[in-house]
Amino acid sequence: MRTIFEKPDALTDKITHYCPGCTHGVIHRLVAESLDELGLRERTVGIAPVGCAVLAYHYFNTDFQEAAHGRAAALATGAKRVRPDLILFTYQGDGDLASIGMAETIHACNRGEKITTIFVNNAVYGMTGGQMAPTTMPGQVTTTSPAGRDVAECGQPIRMAEVLSQIKTPGYIARVAVHTPAHIVKAKRCIKQAFKYQAEGRCYSLVECLSTCPTNWGMTPIESIKWVEETMMPYYPLGVKRTPDEGEGG
Amino acid sequence: MPCVKIDKERCKGCELCTFACHQHVLGMSKELNTKGYFPALVERGPRCIGCRMCAVMCPDVAIEIGIHGVQYNLYEY
Repeated sequence: MRTIFEKPDALTDKITHYCPGCTHGVIHRLVAESLDELGLRERTVGIAPVGCAVLAYHYFNTDFQEAAHGRAAALATGAKRVRPDLILFTYQGDGDLASIGMAETIHACNRGEKITTIFVNNAVYGMTGGQMAPTTMPGQVTTTSPAGRDVAECGQPIRMAEVLSQIKTPGYIARVAVHTPAHIVKAKRCIKQAFKYQAEGRCYSLVECLSTCPTNWGMTPIESIKWVEETMMPYYPLGVKRTPDEGEGG
Repeated sequence: MPCVKIDKERCKGCELCTFACHQHVLGMSKELNTKGYFPALVERGPRCIGCRMCAVMCPDVAIEIGIHGVQYNLYEY
């Protein structure tokens, strides 16, 4: 018998601590498969964030470093500048990257650091109990916005991929979703492309993944998939926002 | 002939694989695993066409797919 689908080598055997139906596991697998297929695993260093993925170093079979909250891009910058032969990727959630880590992310992108950022956008702070994040949708009920997000008071959700695609330094910015098999297949192409650009030493790359958080959204996994489709995808349009070949941002 | 194997200890019973499978091969077990979840199981194995959608969707990498003989890949993954 021939195996046509199995666990990639870049993931360990450990069972993840993520809630049932959380698509963090899918994104972990896509990163691991991309590293395996490009043959980069032995010289990859991941930077774990603070958030649900804080224990990511248990699950990836690569070297790992834990960053202070939001500072993953700064840590990756340091490591990459000391050891340019390494492949550096940061794995960050929306509370980590879009809130406290906004400055580090924008400046790393603007300096054109040769790192890859995997940005998991699930519209809520997951680990700390479902508080409102910068990416929370208008009207979405969270533990700190029990009447729904009021855009007059808190502003509109931040579209990180569009924010970073305004920067003129060459970069690869894409937004993908991981809620259906078709979108997962497309997401893998983008993640693999991001690592390929880094391996070629070309540019900064960021892939934003629209993810689900069934526990904090108060839905079943299948309901949360529909919520991504109906609520998040119209506001967060998918696609490749910028490639290094374009040069100009926008 | 495809063969879907589900690691019931890795499975967390989120049912996303049953949603992804258009051939209705998979169902949910009525017995708990050691973590206390009801894992997925192969209910109608002969209907499987080896499209791998369940495994692509599974967040916990609990599904492994093997095939006997020749298999046409329906999409590149």
